[in-house]
Amino acid sequence: MRRLAVAFGVALALSLSVAVGLAQRGDDPNPNAKSGYDFLSPETQALQNDDFANPGMLWVEEGERLWNTRAGTAQVSCASCHGDAKTSMRTVATRYPAWSAAAGRVVSLEQQINLCRTARQKADALPYESEALLALTAYIAHQAKGLPMRVAIDGPAAASFARGKAFFYQRRGQLNLSCANCHEEHVGAHLRGEPISQGQINGFPIYRQLWQTMGSVDRMFAWCNEAVRAEPYPAGSQEYVDLELYERWRGRGLPIETPAVRR
Amino acid sequence: MPNTRIKVPASAKAGEDVEIRAMIMHPMENGFNVDSQGTLIPVEIITDFVCEYDGAEVFRVQLQPGLSANPYFSFYLRATKSGTVAFTWTDQDGTVTKASAPITVA
Repeated sequence: MRRLAVAFGVALALSLSVAVGLAQRGDDPNPNAKSGYDFLSPETQALQNDDFANPGMLWVEEGERLWNTRAGTAQVSCASCHGDAKTSMRTVATRYPAWSAAAGRVVSLEQQINLCRTARQKADALPYESEALLALTAYIAHQAKGLPMRVAIDGPAAASFARGKAFFYQRRGQLNLSCANCHEEHVGAHLRGEPISQGQINGFPIYRQLWQTMGSVDRMFAWCNEAVRAEPYPAGSQEYVDLELYERWRGRGLPIETPAVRR
Repeated sequence: MPNTRIKVPASAKAGEDVEIRAMIMHPMENGFNVDSQGTLIPVEIITDFVCEYDGAEVFRVQLQPGLSANPYFSFYLRATKSGTVAFTWTDQDGTVTKASAPITVA
């Protein structure tokens, strides 16, 4: 009996160490992650849930049109290579930002779209926050709706992840606040009338009511940086891609909600 | 041409009230916003939205700058006969955007 108990204890210790190993690799879902959806008013939640009334779906539809439109001197569309996005892009958004061997760095989904545009379509890269890039990103991310986020933070992405994590905890701006000061230490508290969320990014690109339009995660980071009176980084900068990687890992396991509606 | 989304039930019973939904992708600039250079963005809005059922006007809205972007209308229509439900958005420059869908009344 004792021998059995010891064997069981060893097995337990082994499985625990495996679990810790997994946690370090970032494969397990974060049980404490809470989507920004849970901090919304019921009316805004209803708007997001309604596939017709959700204004973000306008961009998703536009993205579908662009997906099937030939572009560049190569005169190929996304669909020419990737076929039906419903199958080929089903899980893609759960993995981004991801290491790109071609670029030699971690790239966001927006940047991967532009890498495809310049290398395969021989077209100009789409500017950040342009309707076309937001639409394509929203369309691709929408295919993964409901699937858990699961980015790779090991191997070549490790350095990027470390920089993103450092960014998250670095105090900045005249208010001298880090992301964590609000989105970790004061989650659920209020800034004037608004509850402070965890700052999860599983619904991006989002339709933000304040902006009256679609916005990328980079625009949100810049908005937050400005809110603490810090100089924002340009959209698409490596600083924001690194931060996005850390943020996606932080919300690992949360389902993709694109296009989410936020305040 | 702006992207539009409309929802009209394909079929209905005579006398049934059916929900009609219409949305257009439009910035509805109210003239008070500034761009990144600090320049005022001029007013750019849709001024009229009309719904016609089998050629007869059933719903009309005059839009003002205070309305939010991507205006979305949802209303009920009594289905009396088979026909086309047609939507027309007119912007301040007179540019017209159209969309329509058939409804069959049994």
